Amino acid sequence: MVSAPHGGKLVQIGQRVNRDAFAGFKAAQTVTIGEETKSVVKDIASGVFSPIEGFMGENDYLGVIEQMRLESDVPWTIPVLLPVEDDVKLAAGDEALLADKEGAPVAVMECGETFQVSKKEYAMKVFGTEDQAHPGVSKVYDRPSRAMAGKLKAVARVDHGRFADCTLSPKETRVLFTERGWNSVVAFQTRNAPHINHEYLQKSALALVDGLFVNPVVGKKKPGDFKDEVIVDAYKALIDNYYPKSSVVLSVLHYEMQYAGPKEAIMHAIMRKNFGCTHITIGRDHAGVGNYYGPYAAQDIFKEFPDLGITPFFFKEFFYCRRCAGIASEKTCPHPEEERLSFSGTKLRKMFADGQVPPKEFMRPEVAHVIAESKAPFVE
Amino acid sequence: MGKTLPTKYTTVSIPKTLHARLEKLISTKTGFKSVSDYVTFVLREVVTMHETSQSPDPFSSKDIEEIKARLKALGYL
Repeated sequence: MVSAPHGGKLVQIGQRVNRDAFAGFKAAQTVTIGEETKSVVKDIASGVFSPIEGFMGENDYLGVIEQMRLESDVPWTIPVLLPVEDDVKLAAGDEALLADKEGAPVAVMECGETFQVSKKEYAMKVFGTEDQAHPGVSKVYDRPSRAMAGKLKAVARVDHGRFADCTLSPKETRVLFTERGWNSVVAFQTRNAPHINHEYLQKSALALVDGLFVNPVVGKKKPGDFKDEVIVDAYKALIDNYYPKSSVVLSVLHYEMQYAGPKEAIMHAIMRKNFGCTHITIGRDHAGVGNYYGPYAAQDIFKEFPDLGITPFFFKEFFYCRRCAGIASEKTCPHPEEERLSFSGTKLRKMFADGQVPPKEFMRPEVAHVIAESKAPFVE
Repeated sequence: MGKTLPTKYTTVSIPKTLHARLEKLISTKTGFKSVSDYVTFVLREVVTMHETSQSPDPFSSKDIEEIKARLKALGYL
């Protein structure tokens, strides 16, 4: 049986096919939203963020930053807020039209209260740092400190563009897993093109369950990360050549990374639970950036949540060890670090820029080929 | 600047003998700071188990057929 939705309810907000379909709503004001908020709206509407039905009010916000729980006691670790400028004059009960920067309708929302958010407090409690060199903290300081709560009433139909054929909603994956007869499904969160170590981690997890759900994040990332299309094409190449297709599903998640380390690991688990997954892999420095979080802090935080409803599989880092002459992990290999084959992101980028490809012990040739064929595989 | 979350706790009665056993347990074997923390942890685990088994199926048979058709068209089924 697939996992029950988080909070017991898979949220589904009605979709409207075009601009005219919003005519029945009497919006008191149009609020312009950016790409990240647009992505959040889509995730709320499709149930990825279940049980949330809109942007958080102050009690949910405070519950999340202080106790890692919604007001209803359901686990939640990163606030879902709609930051608004002071010129947004909407009262509780008003309808607001959320529109993108080109003026296209994205959603209609029934407004709740507005409240002030302390950026410093948000940064410290969610990211554990106020350092604006942290990409998540920097975003917090760039946006208004006033937030507006609200429940989504309707959303525009989503066009996933290039990724339309590999974007599945939680409703769809739940049907898919059931049709395949999977009673246990492990999710693999990624924002990277696959190395051999990712493949071993995934296959180790798959050995314990019925199915593997590879769910790369597509959306704005930090410079130096692989571009979305490269990640997806690389995974298609890997799965086509090295995975039993009946045991794997590849589908992308449209979501902007926060790089919040442990707090984000919990959110990653919640989102995959909503897709129907029963397990999720959590590796070294999951959702981390730089040296802000301990290497296994994202595993330790799961101890706080006996009621998460999805089981983490914790793995140490995998790598190719020259002495072992094969793939090993920190748990299984006694040899020193210099025996391990590894490439920093900088070295890997330089290698591809110079027309070289990594050795097959580090990356499958088919995957390396996809990256090498891309003229600009990395986010600038 | 914003308010703080009011502390929302209530009291639940448990037998003193059980409280004593739990105090002894958490002082030696667990990372819990208090009996209350321990009881909260255990109850959340139990409550979720019951809630999970009661989750309603959100799909109609028409929904399922439409989804299966899309999944087939995309090559997932």
